[in-house]
Amino acid sequence: MPTCRFIPVLSITGLLGVWITAALLTGDPRILPMPFDLVPGFVREISSGELPRHLGATLVRVLWAFVLAMGLGLALGLAMGRSPALNRWLDPWLVIFLNLPALVLIVLCYLWIGLNETAAILAVTLNKVPGVTTVIREGARALDPDLDAMAKVYRMSWYVRLRHVVLPQLAPFVIAAARSGVAVIWKIVLVVEFLGRSSGIGFQIHLYFQLFDVPMVMIYAFSFIAVMLLAEWVFLQPWERRVARWRWA
Amino acid sequence: MGIPATLGAARGPLEVGVIAVDIRSKTFGGNAVLGPVSFSIAPGETVALVGPSGIGKSTLLRIVAGVDTQFRGTIARPGAMAMVFQDPTLLPWRSAMDNLRTVHRGLTRQAAARAMAETGLTGKEEMFPGQLSQGQRRRLALARAFAGQPELLIMDEPFVSLDAETAETMLALTENLIAHHRPATLFVTHAQNEAERLATRILTLVPGPEGAVLGTSCQRFRVREKHTAG
Repeated sequence: MPTCRFIPVLSITGLLGVWITAALLTGDPRILPMPFDLVPGFVREISSGELPRHLGATLVRVLWAFVLAMGLGLALGLAMGRSPALNRWLDPWLVIFLNLPALVLIVLCYLWIGLNETAAILAVTLNKVPGVTTVIREGARALDPDLDAMAKVYRMSWYVRLRHVVLPQLAPFVIAAARSGVAVIWKIVLVVEFLGRSSGIGFQIHLYFQLFDVPMVMIYAFSFIAVMLLAEWVFLQPWERRVARWRWA
Repeated sequence: MGIPATLGAARGPLEVGVIAVDIRSKTFGGNAVLGPVSFSIAPGETVALVGPSGIGKSTLLRIVAGVDTQFRGTIARPGAMAMVFQDPTLLPWRSAMDNLRTVHRGLTRQAAARAMAETGLTGKEEMFPGQLSQGQRRRLALARAFAGQPELLIMDEPFVSLDAETAETMLALTENLIAHHRPATLFVTHAQNEAERLATRILTLVPGPEGAVLGTSCQRFRVREKHTAG
């Protein structure tokens, strides 16, 4: 039985096996190349500086949209979860934005604001805020009323209450929202770049789509997936372990 | 300072105490829960609040503590208050010592350690509440309450759901802490023996025409020597 540590490696190796099998069955590297066939193109894009440049542009957009969506979603979700009156007012808006197709928001932002960074980041943020708000609102509704009473009796300041009483209770919800947020945001960023930017992974995928260059599409897509997996392992999982360490103590 | 011989709806002005409670009414969804309830607690006095289940003792306590603000009337509270809840109500993500220092922002590590030592928790400072036994968590809740040197201590059935032995230990510990720190204390209990042992006065909530009111007589006990010792 492999140790838990190696299970993710074995899992990814299995996925590679499926890919190789499918490539063998397809028999056409222009449709589905072998994994190792991508290496020369990947090295070429790295050494020319194209891949890092576009990767960086997408990453900046993802980070901006992530920070804005998490910040706004956290504030809105907390307020709506704590105030039934505010929730009654804003819930219909939330339902509308939750069901608004991402493409509609992206197109409208480009039409109203123009083909620029502001519109791109705003479109991604607006797509993600309702999801974050919904998750955080559920967390805010589940806050322990006894801890709230304790904070009131001991007259804790709003900042101390937020930091030491509220946010630790919301941590599992914030982590869930962050994890799904990163996954969804970067996919929407790619669509935004595909439609209206001249840099980024989405722009490059658009370019190679027009050239019907499947290997290059895969090189750019997998590069960013690798970056996102790295973010998951380097930032999100250690953060999750840190905030939940008291549970396992 | 005297203690009113009768307590109920009709009375004169409130005495000057650590806390002065003058509730006109409290309703829940149109149902009257509390009628006129007025009393005060003198410094160092320990008052037990008793009455049948569901009459509104905990509601009264939450109003006194400032947790429930939806009522008619006035409460004059002191600056430093502490409350011991039915459950320990600790922050499970903070260490035992941080539970004290998060609530009392100016508390030094030495003072927090002293408060923990008073409740027999020496050596448990860095443990999370989840690593402590039920009895130790209750002790930590007491340490948190007394660490802030409260002028008024409120306790809501602090010994409920404990086995007889632990309840007796906690009762003795609470008795000693109250005798040592001498806060004005108001606590709710169902157990007559707890009330008689800890309290210098017992108030009884009884049903009234417009919600619960205090009974027309109150039991007063001799102020025990250890309460007057400090």
